[in-house]
Amino acid sequence: MPLLDIQNLSVAFSTRAGTFRAVDGIDLQVDEGEVVGIVGESGSGKSVTSLAVMGLIPSAGTVIADRMSFAGTDLRTLSRSQRRRITGKDVAMVFQEPMTSLNPCFTVGFQIGESLKVHEGLSGRALRHRTIELLEQVGIPAPESRLSAFPHQLSGGMNQRVMIAIAIACNPRLLIADEPTTALDVTIQKQILDLLVGLQRDRGMALILITHDMGVVAETAHRVVVMYAGQVAETRSATELFERPRHPYTGALLDALPERALGRRRLPTIPGVVPGIADRPQGCLFNPRCPRAQDRCRAERPALLADDAGRARCFYPLNSQSEVTA
Amino acid sequence: MLRFILTRASLLIPTFLGVTLLTFLLIRLVPGDPIEVRVGERGISPERLAQFRHELGLDQPLWKQFLDYIGGVLSGDLGTSLVTHNPVLQEFLTLFPATIELAFMAMLFASVVGLPAGIVAAVKRGSWFDHGVMGLSLTGYSMPIFWWGLLLILLFSVNLGWTPVSGRLDLLYYVEPVTGFMLIDTLLVGEYGAFWSALEHLILPTVVLGTIPLAVVARMTRSAMLEVLGEDYIRTARAKGLNSRRVVGLHALRNALIPVVTVIGLQVGTLLGGAILTETIFSWPGVGKWLIESINRRDYPALQGGVLLIASTVMAVNLLVDLLYGVLNPRIRHAR
Amino acid sequence: MTTDVQPVASRPPHPLAETWYHFRQNHGAVLGLVVITAITIVAILADVIAPHSPIAQYRDSILAPPVWHDAGSWRFILGTDDIGRDMLSRLIHGARLSMMIGVIVVTLSLAVGLGLGMVAGFFGGITDVLVMRFMDILLSLPSLLLAVVVAAILGPGLFNAMLAVSVVVVPHYARLTRAAVMAEMSKDYVIASRVAGAGPLRLMLVVVLPNCAAPLIVQATLGFSTAILDAAALGFLGLGAQPPTPEWGTMLASSLQFLQRAPWVVTWPGVAILVTVLAFNLLGDGLRDALDPKLKR
Repeated sequence: MPLLDIQNLSVAFSTRAGTFRAVDGIDLQVDEGEVVGIVGESGSGKSVTSLAVMGLIPSAGTVIADRMSFAGTDLRTLSRSQRRRITGKDVAMVFQEPMTSLNPCFTVGFQIGESLKVHEGLSGRALRHRTIELLEQVGIPAPESRLSAFPHQLSGGMNQRVMIAIAIACNPRLLIADEPTTALDVTIQKQILDLLVGLQRDRGMALILITHDMGVVAETAHRVVVMYAGQVAETRSATELFERPRHPYTGALLDALPERALGRRRLPTIPGVVPGIADRPQGCLFNPRCPRAQDRCRAERPALLADDAGRARCFYPLNSQSEVTA
Repeated sequence: MLRFILTRASLLIPTFLGVTLLTFLLIRLVPGDPIEVRVGERGISPERLAQFRHELGLDQPLWKQFLDYIGGVLSGDLGTSLVTHNPVLQEFLTLFPATIELAFMAMLFASVVGLPAGIVAAVKRGSWFDHGVMGLSLTGYSMPIFWWGLLLILLFSVNLGWTPVSGRLDLLYYVEPVTGFMLIDTLLVGEYGAFWSALEHLILPTVVLGTIPLAVVARMTRSAMLEVLGEDYIRTARAKGLNSRRVVGLHALRNALIPVVTVIGLQVGTLLGGAILTETIFSWPGVGKWLIESINRRDYPALQGGVLLIASTVMAVNLLVDLLYGVLNPRIRHAR
Repeated sequence: MTTDVQPVASRPPHPLAETWYHFRQNHGAVLGLVVITAITIVAILADVIAPHSPIAQYRDSILAPPVWHDAGSWRFILGTDDIGRDMLSRLIHGARLSMMIGVIVVTLSLAVGLGLGMVAGFFGGITDVLVMRFMDILLSLPSLLLAVVVAAILGPGLFNAMLAVSVVVVPHYARLTRAAVMAEMSKDYVIASRVAGAGPLRLMLVVVLPNCAAPLIVQATLGFSTAILDAAALGFLGLGAQPPTPEWGTMLASSLQFLQRAPWVVTWPGVAILVTVLAFNLLGDGLRDALDPKLKR
């Protein structure tokens, strides 16, 4: 049984122009100790998916799923207070913007200790001790003196380490990292990524790494889910995906990697943008941007079909060994 | 921190000098010679006039008069009332506690009601409660408080007889002023009946004077909370599994308070202005009523001194708010 | 299970049309606009609408109650005051006065504030410091106190009260204009027209001013309510319009002693002030929301 099991999850937001499905019927399974990369452009629904797992979708949004269970517990039937006992304790999250994701009015020590106080009932010396320990684990030098620092006194990289310390404070079984390095300097990105992967390995926790950077996924993930316009475009093991991508979108993402473009004069790009609320195309959602699109792609919407090593949502996949049954 | 205070305080010096100049010119802009006001309608001999002018320093050049005036102000001499012949400063200080007591209660009322109303309105944005709070606060903000006071007197004092019509204390009681604050003085002498009487007398004036600040605080709290509730760190707090009370009441409120406290502080000026009307309606023996009486009695030195003192009070409070802002906002506190 | 949304025709609407669209969404603001229009019509047609002269004294019906009281009559719909003047007629003529106060005060203070703010924003340096210091000094006095002092210096009267209220609100316009001018001055389009040889006056009035209009329009709308409220307060304190002028604040002050015997002489002028001020505040709030791009959508 997977640690996190989601089937046919949809998240819809009602707007003035009508209902918009930010996430449209996705499946996601994460095993204990597994690193799953979720890849996609901005607007593909990656972050909304993770917020739905955390139970953080604002009241304007509706979450529907056939199954949504964590460690055997059905998340859909939990009361709000029961849900809060899981959120922040067993499932924790690290966000994209460390500078704005920490409360400017409270010290770093307070914000880390808060999770411990609420979920584990720690206080006093034990709380302080554990907080310092966490700061050490995320590689913050001189942790005692940082307890009383405010977020604006630390750099972006340091703040992201603090965010990670908050997330791992209660030994979560699943950590969701939503573009944890995007807002940071290139030199810091690697350090934070190494820290996350190291913590994942040492603690044996599952990690969902959300990113738009295929390179990051290549280095860390066991399995990859490629999302496009709120749907899963392709999912398979990382090695398979990088060696033989099936969906043209995945292929295009990989071609856009600088290390794969050696010898070319220009880095290939994908023309156009992810369709938004008003311009969802007929047929396959990717067809307007797809070089291989044919008449069928413009008329029918393909299903997520299993192949020998994973699943892809395409009528005419790349690198296919067996014929795909329509 | 000390340097911060001193820098902020020193910025006030030119403003203070400007206000002093303004009040100095005030008495000279008034139609009619102050001497004529002083001696009234009766005729006066040229010798006496010259003597009066000399006594008041009016025969000096204007800049010299101004320097003398500033010198006087700095040593606490704000001139003498033409009516009571008491020093203006002394008159002011005798009446000021009554005004402070009223203004403080009004501010307390506005904050105690306005803060929770604004917070709940923001959390339940778009609900009937939110619309109700916004509608009421805009009405309060538009209220002619002199009329509002009359309505409340008509309803609660005249028709229902629940509250006294005017004054600070029943005639039954006499309490020797120690601090000048009736609520404290009555307790100091252990007169609990007098304390209740003082409290009863405060209710209507407090509500009337607090109405506009209440509206401002509620609106400001709501908009500050709405802004803060959309911040990333609120999402972080929710992601920690904190309950709404902690997310809203601690993480959001702590940040929203920074602008709200500033606005509350800046309401002190509005309060002292509103005190003129409120004290007049309720015959409240404070500086607002005294200023209007001074105008009607053409007691210009009293008006001049009173205006300068009120302006100084407002400036001092604004400085305090500025400093409090630094204390509340860690980003400012550590910026130096 | 995919619901496709029809592509929306996406030509951006004209800015004015868009502002009007957002404004219409705000029911309070529309209500405010309707009330203000009604009051304006009443004010203009006061001579035609009012059933009696505002200063005619009917000695036979002193303190007559409104029509719905047992003793009331249709002759004086809202009753009469202590010397037998028709309340309704006085209120109608009072509307004319209040609207006039609003127009004059806003025009006067807007003109002066705009001028000072532009000068400060354009020339900067010592001019800026001097102008803005002076504005700070005016702001350090509670607004009603300042109005009272100015009215006391000028002497009581409606025109002096309007001057006093204008003086009080000038700093708000000056600050707003200066901030807007300074923000616009650094933008490329201003530099472009300066390079193209636009003189300072043209730059000020033709190039920059229209781009600062939105906050000033909002402030001017809210300025009406401040003007009407403060002028009424001065009238109430005896420093504004003098009897028998049917100014709402003055009417209140002169009928204070009849509070118990004839509550209507106190109630109606206050209701008139409250409704008018509330309408302007609703309109101002609505305009701010409609004109502020930050709050759109």
